[in-house]
Amino acid sequence: MKALYFASVRERVGVAEEDIFPPREVSTVSELMRWLASRGEGYAEAFANARTIRAAVDKAHASHEASIASAKEVAFFPPMTGG
Amino acid sequence: MISIFAPKVRVQSDPFDLGEEVARLEGRGEVGAIVSFVGLCRDEDGALAALELEHYPGMAEDEIARVAAQALERWPLQGLTVIHRHGVIRPGEKIVLVVAAARHRAEAFAAAEFLMDYLKTSAPFWKKERRADGSDGGWIGAKAADDEAAARWTKR
Repeated sequence: MKALYFASVRERVGVAEEDIFPPREVSTVSELMRWLASRGEGYAEAFANARTIRAAVDKAHASHEASIASAKEVAFFPPMTGG
Repeated sequence: MISIFAPKVRVQSDPFDLGEEVARLEGRGEVGAIVSFVGLCRDEDGALAALELEHYPGMAEDEIARVAAQALERWPLQGLTVIHRHGVIRPGEKIVLVVAAARHRAEAFAAAEFLMDYLKTSAPFWKKERRADGSDGGWIGAKAADDEAAARWTKR
């Protein structure tokens, strides 16, 4: 699946998007964040305070409990500040 | 009452023209009220050089369209336009536009306010400050007041 990062999450991770191949047991947004956090220093920093990170699965807002089983694209970002 | 038109939703880096967008909704027979809201970039007493607005292409359009569809379900509107810019925006420039047209003012005011309250908390845009002294002002934090403003629409 594709992972996308925006704003402060993107800056900490160091890339805007990438293809990721999480193991099968990683089945929810929350588990995916924990798995990503283990990939390196920037990721650990980006997901250190995971509760504050918002997620979207296939371009729709998703809770941390949401399944990523059939997701093509998962995005992570801080709370939005548009308008 | 079901509105039978598609709202105009645009996410763009180009500036928009308020007069043009309002005029587009004028002259329809049933339109008796048009409310427009424009959000602009402040200069924060001269400290701000520009805002950099990052967005999630595709999702930004989808989210605005979703909120616009909710507004159409809630109020009998005759026209609805939402434009949100991204990229570098300087003080005094327009960032966001909502134009709501209805038979009467109450629906137009309510729909425009609802749209803005929801856009702030659900449309995937992020603002970063570029300071006048050349430094990076960092990402603007989300405000609890914006969440509260959006939440009051579901309390009724």
